[in-house]
Amino acid sequence: MKNKEHKSRRKLNTQIVIVTCMFVAVFLGMMGYICYYSVTNKQELINNSYNSRQKMLIAQNIRGTIYSKDKDVLAETISDSDGKEKREYPYANLFSHSVGYSTNGRAGVEALANYYLINSNAPLSDKVVNDVSGEKYPGDDVYTTLDVKLQEVAYNALGVYKGAIIVTEPSTGKILAMVSKPDFDPNQIDVIWDDLVSDKNNSILLNRTTQGLYPPGSTFKIITALEYIRENPDTYRNYTFNCTGRFSDGNDRINCYHGQSHGNEDFTLSFAKSCNSSFANIGLKLNKNKFSETLKDLMFNEELPLKMNYSKSRITVNEDSVNADMMQVAIGQGTTGMTPVHLNMITSSIANGGTVMRPYMIDRVENSVGTVIKQFAPSSYRRLMSEEEAEVLTDLMEGVVEKGTASRLKGLSYTAAGKTGSAEYNNVKEDSHAWFTGFAPVENPEICVTIIIEGVGSGGDYAVPIAKRIFDAYFGI
Amino acid sequence: MELYITELSKYVITFLMILYTYECFAVFRYKDEEDRSGIYTRQNILMLLIHFSCFMVICFETGEMSYLFFYAFQQIVLFATAVLFHMIYPRANRLIVNNMCMLLSIGFVILTRVSYEKAVKQFVIVSFSIAVTMLIPYFVHNLKFLKSLTWVYALVGIGALAAVLILGTATNGSKISYSIAGVTFQPSEIVKIIFVFFVASALYESTSFFEVFTTAVVAGIHVIILVISKDLGSALIFFIVYVFMVFVATKNPLYLLAGATGGSCAAIIAYKVFSHVQVRVQAWSDPWSQIDSAGYQITQSLFAISSGGWFGLGLFQGTPESIPFVEADFIFSAVAEELGILFSMCMILVCISCFIMFMNISMKLYDRFYQLIAFGLGVTYIFQVFLTIGGGSKFIPLTGVTLPLISYGGSSVLTTLIMFTIIEGLCMIRQDEEKEMLRAEKKKLRNLQKTQNRKRIEMTYIEDLDDSEE
Repeated sequence: MKNKEHKSRRKLNTQIVIVTCMFVAVFLGMMGYICYYSVTNKQELINNSYNSRQKMLIAQNIRGTIYSKDKDVLAETISDSDGKEKREYPYANLFSHSVGYSTNGRAGVEALANYYLINSNAPLSDKVVNDVSGEKYPGDDVYTTLDVKLQEVAYNALGVYKGAIIVTEPSTGKILAMVSKPDFDPNQIDVIWDDLVSDKNNSILLNRTTQGLYPPGSTFKIITALEYIRENPDTYRNYTFNCTGRFSDGNDRINCYHGQSHGNEDFTLSFAKSCNSSFANIGLKLNKNKFSETLKDLMFNEELPLKMNYSKSRITVNEDSVNADMMQVAIGQGTTGMTPVHLNMITSSIANGGTVMRPYMIDRVENSVGTVIKQFAPSSYRRLMSEEEAEVLTDLMEGVVEKGTASRLKGLSYTAAGKTGSAEYNNVKEDSHAWFTGFAPVENPEICVTIIIEGVGSGGDYAVPIAKRIFDAYFGI
Repeated sequence: MELYITELSKYVITFLMILYTYECFAVFRYKDEEDRSGIYTRQNILMLLIHFSCFMVICFETGEMSYLFFYAFQQIVLFATAVLFHMIYPRANRLIVNNMCMLLSIGFVILTRVSYEKAVKQFVIVSFSIAVTMLIPYFVHNLKFLKSLTWVYALVGIGALAAVLILGTATNGSKISYSIAGVTFQPSEIVKIIFVFFVASALYESTSFFEVFTTAVVAGIHVIILVISKDLGSALIFFIVYVFMVFVATKNPLYLLAGATGGSCAAIIAYKVFSHVQVRVQAWSDPWSQIDSAGYQITQSLFAISSGGWFGLGLFQGTPESIPFVEADFIFSAVAEELGILFSMCMILVCISCFIMFMNISMKLYDRFYQLIAFGLGVTYIFQVFLTIGGGSKFIPLTGVTLPLISYGGSSVLTTLIMFTIIEGLCMIRQDEEKEMLRAEKKKLRNLQKTQNRKRIEMTYIEDLDDSEE
């Protein structure tokens, strides 16, 4: 009897122990969740316009300065004698999209680094001095990866045309220059804001490098070529095609640029001459499912690893794609839309042995006395292709310079590789966007440029010379 | 100078809180209350230091020294509570009293920061409640008829809840309180305790299906009234407490399973039938798309929690007042913002340490009735903590209950103090039981020795006889 009672008591304890453990486990989970959530989302939450703490920080600290990679001031806050603050952009229009603006919703680095700019990690002793004198604390400064010289060259080269240029470092993902036109003067943003917003025709506020969706035209042949190599690794070298200036499949016809006939050509030459007929022919040979997989790997219809606002590139290839679609897709026409930054990432991965780095613009954050608060390091995002594939594509793109459409880059003190494009966007034959995407030097790529100029003509005539000016500036020629 | 003090104090306060929390768990290494007395004294000192540091910062930040008087009053009341309790009830558990005072002092600090007026009101209520509840351990210890009031508990509980539903005034869309002579009273708080007594008295002797069924009906009535009153948090607490108490009373895990399935079904039905349930769930699953309407509270709360960082922004450095009802439902977010994530995590651990101590006392009680009471009150307490902190941090949907001892609200703090003091009473009952058992064991031992002695005497006598015969 006694023994039984003892036993039952023990069992009852077990139940209480179970319940205790359950609650403790749930609490530990909740505590972990709270810590993780609050730490990982801190910045995003403080940037939310509904968060009143942002106003508090702005009232407490002077917005930090934004510097170029060589410590040129790109944006700074000046207080006049009345204590009234004004955000000044010494380069005015030059960095309108990349550095952006800090009022009316923020854009560019001003938006990306807002959290750092409005916080102050100034030394306590400095804060005390400011407290005594009734001044605000100095906010933290942001050092970007932007290069004023390259930005100027790119900006001037684009001239009065609409378009976009992005220059990156393939081995790190650093964005060295980012130009989008038409542009505006961020110093005047409060005054011109209403005009900018109401001007629907020019979409001035749109950062075309990351948000502009363009038909990629012949630059897309890089991707078509990659897929053809993947599907025919042993036989693609034996490919031949006789170009008569046009290619037909039933009633559907593809013309070469300006109806030019390229004659007998192999794979390398088809690519170098950017032969539409040959690539339409290749497009019909591709396995739609495999192609669709490759496109997904190359981040089409997918998110890009970017912190700034961007558009997702779009393309349609699936089992239901008919021949007419495939011919258009293969030469980068039809419904395909691509952002310059996306094309730049794919080009960078070719230059970087197949791996794409996360593009970034903020190098480090320093407090008012120059102590580094946060250092951003390059990080690889994904492997887009094998090293061999990257090598083959590099050879093809070198061919474009040596014996193809980008011959203006031939015979210089540095070697370059790339692909041009002349993307048709309406039914008028002569109207096309001029594209170029490429890198230099070929042996050990240091910079990668992607250029689009809206509605001027062929990539070889308009985009390649701009690329040359940027390469020249970079290599100091 | 002020800046140095406020900046440094952030780290000091966090460090002291971590030490205090460590002591909360270090207690469990020792079995005997006497061995723990060193820890308790250290806790009292840490408590005093934390409370003092916080108010020093408040004085510096506001520049108003009048806060010092308020602080002095608080310190006197809290210190008196800790000392008097120990003097009146030397056998009571001091960890529970210490934690109670610690949590109350955190509550005073953060309420003073959020709203001085409310803090003063809260302070008066707390002082009064402590004075009253000081007597409770004595009553629990000595009133033996509490076990037999089963149906009285049920009727009082249901009656009080029904009265609110019919007569009550609506606050924030839920009918949960009524006013008597200017004092607003929220009966669902106190009914939680009555309900635990009801379930314990119904199930401590027999746990046949009939008993479980009748209690389930009564529990169901409680829950339904609360759901109709739109007091979802309390409804959930009643339900969970009931399920776990049945599980422990019957030792049958099937009831846990039945509770889980029944609860899920009820939740789905409630979601389909009541629009206010849908609003809460949607605000939880995606508050960002409704940031200026249903999701406003929760997103503001998330802003607060995330802005503090590990050490907090410091008192008066954040904007916790931007969260609606911060003093009641979202007090945790205010603590996390200004005193830091580390501090608030320690605060949760202090609550857990209370809960573990409750369960510990429950486990050691021999009397099933008292055991179930201690268990039920422990679950009530910890589950309420879970609901409010989980709700404020988007871990679970928001239910709108208070954080016991810290949130603003008279009924809430009074109820929690009653719960804590009841447990203290049970703690004394447990010691009686132990003494009794010890006495019984000694007696047994003595009897055993006696019989053995007698046997030995008999044996020697027989041996002697044998010897003499030879």
